[in-house]
Amino acid sequence: MKTDKLIAMLASDAGAVAPRVWLPRYALALGAGLIGAALLMVLLLGVRPDIADAVRLPMFWVKLAFPTALAAGALLAAVRLSRPGVAIGRAGAMLAAPVLAIWVLAALALLAAPEDRAMLIWGETWAACLVNIPLLSVPAFVAVFWVMKSLAPVRPALAGAAAGLLAGALSAIIYALHCPELVAPFIGLWYLLGMLIPAALGAMIGPQLLRW
Amino acid sequence: MSERETQLRALLIGGLGGDEAAYHAFLRNLSAHLRGFLRVRLARLPDDVEDLVQETLLAVHNQRHTYDPGQPLTAWIHAIARYKLVDLLRRRAGREMLNDPLDDEFAVFAVSDTDAADARRDLGKLLEQLPDRQRLPIVHMKLEGLSVAEVARATGMSEAAVKVGVHRGLKALAALIRNKREE
Repeated sequence: MKTDKLIAMLASDAGAVAPRVWLPRYALALGAGLIGAALLMVLLLGVRPDIADAVRLPMFWVKLAFPTALAAGALLAAVRLSRPGVAIGRAGAMLAAPVLAIWVLAALALLAAPEDRAMLIWGETWAACLVNIPLLSVPAFVAVFWVMKSLAPVRPALAGAAAGLLAGALSAIIYALHCPELVAPFIGLWYLLGMLIPAALGAMIGPQLLRW
Repeated sequence: MSERETQLRALLIGGLGGDEAAYHAFLRNLSAHLRGFLRVRLARLPDDVEDLVQETLLAVHNQRHTYDPGQPLTAWIHAIARYKLVDLLRRRAGREMLNDPLDDEFAVFAVSDTDAADARRDLGKLLEQLPDRQRLPIVHMKLEGLSVAEVARATGMSEAAVKVGVHRGLKALAALIRNKREE
């Protein structure tokens, strides 16, 4: 087939294309991911029984704010990395800021109570955290990869990492409603690691899965 | 912003809005720029130039929904052309084949070359490998110029299935090209 014929073929009846289709698609993936994680949480783990008391504690909201802020940064990174010629931009700083903030809180907590350090860091459920955050991230992981696959990432490993991190962060928001831990060192370590597991998986499978 | 950027961008935006003539002009202009861009960068693989021009055009078409009208067209096109070029070189001979660094995105519109050589890979043959539900809509609608309704009547498919068939078929064609290269 000659190139001119190919061009005629592509142009023929090409039709209009909706602008910025990635926005509704990501919105859908976000909704599906959150609902999926919430269903898994309710079915497999249950909401923490003392949630009515927990919502009065500032650290409960810090525990929600940390993954929420990471989800916002990861979403921006994923949206930007899904399209050719768009730099990651401010998304990097948006991802670094919540991590730094929780680490500052963690350092303050550790300095304030040196004798409790082991408890502040290890808590009682660190292993569950590392299993459950990746587990609850599965629906969001599938949904976000589905959307990204419908777009055109030119840096697939990085894009896959952003997709995985977004899924992990959404999952951590939901997991926080189950998890009994309430101290910054625990959140800054185990929540972060739990979210980085799907991110690492995304970086690994991105180059194969996101080709176009 | 260069004059060419402005001009091509206007054509593409018209095309994305449904103006077929503008879109056709966009692809024709773009093909000349891609050919010029790739011919320099594939100086040691001259026989691959036209194949890669076609592959990149198909990618631009398949991914046209990822273009944001607020975005410089140069950056978008360069990223697509670079992605396809690196993909080819990675398989062929490694990056040492590159004569030029690939980072200068403005180079993508710097040269224009309307002198198309024959492609080595025949997209028409690859098209024949697609399943009927994709091949027939593409052949009837995009090559023979039938309308969606006419194709639906001729094939017994629903109009929605015809449109999906075209869309998926062109994506499948890009995948066939990729897989062929990996063999």
